[in-house]
Amino acid sequence: MKKKIGKNLIIAMSLIFFACCTFGTSFAQDVIKLGVAGAHSGDLASYGLPSVKAAELVVNDINAMGGINGKKVVLLIEDDACKPELGSNVATKLLSAGVDIVMGHICSGATKAALAIYKEENIICMSPSATNPPLTQSGDYPNFYRTIASDDAQARLEVDYALDVLKVKKIAVLHDKGDYGKGLAEFAKQFIENSGGKGQVVLYEGVTPGAVDYSAVVQKIKRSKAEAVIFGGYHPEASKIVMQMRKKRMNTYFISDDGVKDDTFIKVAGKYAEGVYATGPMDTSNNPLAIAATEKHQKTYGADPGAFFLNAYAATQALLNAVDKAGSTEYQAVSNALKTEWVETPLGRIKFDDKGDAIGIGFAMYQVKDGVYVEVSK
Amino acid sequence: MDYFLELFLGGLTRGSIYALIALGYTMVYGIIELINFAHGEIYMIGAFTALIVISVLTMMGMNTIAILVIAGFIAVIYSCAYGYTVEKIAYKPLRRAPRLSALISAIGMSLFLQNYVLLAQTSDFLPFPNLIPDFTFMEPYAHIISSAEVVILITTTIVMILLTVLIKFTKMGKAMRATSQDKDMARLVGIDVDRVISVTFVLGSATAAIGGVLIASHVGMINFYIGFIAGIKAFVAAVLGGIGSIPGAVLGSFVLGWTESFATGYVSSDYEDVFAFVFLVLILIFRPAGILGRTEKHTV
Amino acid sequence: MIKFSEIKKSLWVSLWFMFLTFPVMVIRVNTIENVIEWRWENMIFIGVGSFLFSFVWRYLLKQKEYGLKRAEEGGDIRPSLAQRILRDRKIFAPALTVVGIFALLFPYVFSLYQTNIMISALIFVMLGLGLNIVVGLAGLLDLGYVAFYAVGAYAYALLNYHFGLSFWILLPVGGALGMLFGILLGFPVLRLRGDYLAIVTLGFGEIIRLILENWNEFSFGPSGISNIPRPSFFGMSLSVHDSTIFIYYIMIALCIFTIFVVNRLQDSRIGRAWIALREDEVACQAMGIDKAKTKLTAFALGATWAGMGGVMFAAKTTFVNPASFTIWESIIILCIVVLGGMGSVVGVIIGALILILLPEYLRAFSEYRMLMFGILLVVMMVFRPGGIVSDVRRIYKFEGSGGAGKDA
Repeated sequence: MKKKIGKNLIIAMSLIFFACCTFGTSFAQDVIKLGVAGAHSGDLASYGLPSVKAAELVVNDINAMGGINGKKVVLLIEDDACKPELGSNVATKLLSAGVDIVMGHICSGATKAALAIYKEENIICMSPSATNPPLTQSGDYPNFYRTIASDDAQARLEVDYALDVLKVKKIAVLHDKGDYGKGLAEFAKQFIENSGGKGQVVLYEGVTPGAVDYSAVVQKIKRSKAEAVIFGGYHPEASKIVMQMRKKRMNTYFISDDGVKDDTFIKVAGKYAEGVYATGPMDTSNNPLAIAATEKHQKTYGADPGAFFLNAYAATQALLNAVDKAGSTEYQAVSNALKTEWVETPLGRIKFDDKGDAIGIGFAMYQVKDGVYVEVSK
Repeated sequence: MDYFLELFLGGLTRGSIYALIALGYTMVYGIIELINFAHGEIYMIGAFTALIVISVLTMMGMNTIAILVIAGFIAVIYSCAYGYTVEKIAYKPLRRAPRLSALISAIGMSLFLQNYVLLAQTSDFLPFPNLIPDFTFMEPYAHIISSAEVVILITTTIVMILLTVLIKFTKMGKAMRATSQDKDMARLVGIDVDRVISVTFVLGSATAAIGGVLIASHVGMINFYIGFIAGIKAFVAAVLGGIGSIPGAVLGSFVLGWTESFATGYVSSDYEDVFAFVFLVLILIFRPAGILGRTEKHTV
Repeated sequence: MIKFSEIKKSLWVSLWFMFLTFPVMVIRVNTIENVIEWRWENMIFIGVGSFLFSFVWRYLLKQKEYGLKRAEEGGDIRPSLAQRILRDRKIFAPALTVVGIFALLFPYVFSLYQTNIMISALIFVMLGLGLNIVVGLAGLLDLGYVAFYAVGAYAYALLNYHFGLSFWILLPVGGALGMLFGILLGFPVLRLRGDYLAIVTLGFGEIIRLILENWNEFSFGPSGISNIPRPSFFGMSLSVHDSTIFIYYIMIALCIFTIFVVNRLQDSRIGRAWIALREDEVACQAMGIDKAKTKLTAFALGATWAGMGGVMFAAKTTFVNPASFTIWESIIILCIVVLGGMGSVVGVIIGALILILLPEYLRAFSEYRMLMFGILLVVMMVFRPGGIVSDVRRIYKFEGSGGAGKDA
């Protein structure tokens, strides 16, 4: 008898649990539901979690000032671990929860999988970090926007800087085999090869992310007599490569991307980071909004913000501003607002072009000098 | 020739890094035939404990040598404690269960430990201070091999010799060998099998902790995920050498290190792991029990 | 009631855990900021928590040992609840009907999200049943099963991209390609056993993934292939909502087909050869079973389901890249088979539903979900090492002159 009660209890509890899962999230409609999706667990969590914090900070401010059009903004935070299949699960989960707009998906792969679903339901999606060019340039995703420059823009800048400013000829192009790093490296290689003989790719290789060391690759760079290394990828691999290069007494230029233009890189690589070049959004250091956002983060979470924080901050602001200007969350109105209304963000004054790339976010080259990234003029 | 030597030395260091982790795998496997998936996590916890101790001591303003010794010591103690506890919780109740169940339990433990460190600490990479100073007498060779790499090589050799001596010549070593051959017979002749297994886990964890501290200091950064990848590679190395054999694990690690290093150096690092695995398959086809493994006769 | 010695034991346990978790739980260092945070309150939680938990742990262990002892002494192994349900037609038939009706109505009762994750779970049911042939029946530990899954997914993505072939043509093609790769893997590993086999299959899985990642001209590298069409319904293309429901029903049909085939295989000549191979390789050869052929068929048939699962995956996600085919996926599929109960079809189905749906429902606990998942695996294995539905050993009896009959 006792057993039976226990069993019934379990059944009843699981029924309630199911019910909660299904219906729990979909009641009141007098709020604006902002989905925040990205990698919040797993090995890429450190690129996704800062975007959640950015969204929280922006939304707290807006709600404190009475919300948008009298409506409070609610965050629906979902983890896709940067896996495409989870990306599409998250997309349907957000849809079932009645999401209005989405800030996110961190990795290009998961973003593409999710976009296939958002597109048909006319949900606008803005990524702070998905840089794969076809996302905007193919025209397949009219509902997609981003507050980061695409791979080719960054690669262009890196190659031009190496060839025209540093005046190097032999360049080694490395990447981390990921969709971000490899995409960028492919473009860099192509640009160097088409530079009309100004430069030459002496080495093109992918390194294995997470490998214990990169000494063989470093030796190979040395043997190739490259004068500069262009690396596509994130800061953990970059700092390992730079540290090993410098420990092997090599002074080759090291030029990298957004994923490396992160203060963590400088702190991890320490003295070895000196002189490293990286591209990043233009002059955020003097932008009062960027300073304020960083300070707010330090005050609320007691730490410096992580990767793509400002991009996510700007994306959230741009989305909510567009909703505000449009007066509703209706697809067409918000799209128009995004493309016509300028908005002040930590990345500068931005709006979006027809493809969905941000206008007003410039890229600049930075160099580590005395432990900070300093913008270097062309 | 210089290039070849550089790649050779690079492979050797990478191999000794794998070896420090592979030793623990192979010892545990030799005794209870379990692929201890959580072993990589023990290595990671060793490194994290060291980092925590170092930070606290640095704040208190101790000198570097003292910090190195204390941090290393505490890391080893804690790794041993974790190894011991993991065995008691996740493997001991499964002694008589199907071997695959123990494997899944090990995977669960590995996941748990990863996320435990992720939640209690951070998901970011943390810089790990360079504890091994650049020796001045090494400076002329610095472009080929760094001081840290030399220290890792020497430590691996010492650890391997110590373990071999321990297993060959001490009473505990004898008990371990007996247990690995036949648990029931060992019990019959009065060996406390449970204790032997615990000691094996503690020894394996200690070598992993030493590895963790040295490697973290060589690479310069750690996060919660370093154990998983290194663990898989070390496991491959242990199998390559003939799992269960201590010199085999070291040899297998070196072979794997060299394969990766030469594949990268002469072909391309794009396919570094592909070469490593293809090489593994080739060796196992011709020597199905690994390089130094005993080929057992299977009877009914 | 509770003896003093028990309390003392638990006290020691709790002290031990407080010591053990001290550096990681209490001190949080941030070497980037050079700050150290002391969180003494965590120590108290750990102490109290482990004190209480150790009672539960010991009680459950004692229960388990008691059960084992009774089984050893009495010789009468009382079948578990699950097995009794499965065996008793009176319970089994209505239960099956209820489950069937529930499965048919599912997409109309629950939301799009629920249907979507259910499709994921069903794909993994199929993968689990496929791997069950290799691991559960033939006893070959395969840690690279995801390779065949990748082969199927890329077969659909690439053949559709280049030649515009439709889902319905490519579903069997994906299965056939999976089978081909299964045989390809099977040949070199025929001589290997146990963990050597495991590591070679692991290597095989990684090789396939690395090739997909590096060979841009062939597979489009890490940026993957997007805009893969969903299956069409007699030439009509459907909206997201409808096609999700449609894929759901295709998956249900495929799963039923898989279950049917696997069930028939188990009782067939080849199925019994697999079980014999698992139990004892040498004896199996002595009985005149061709070891090489038996192993190869196990690999080939197991891989076929993975290939078809891959096609379904590509059709459902509409995007493939190598990130979906890591060693982690192989491990999950293996966990499904072992957790569900090796060799048991119902067990594997339950295992897949739990392991795939649980992380989704645990989303409420967001960052704690993988932690809990790990604990669940350990606890399940410690207290039910045979899995949720442990396989009943098949007994075959020779019945008089009527030929060989079966008595399960």
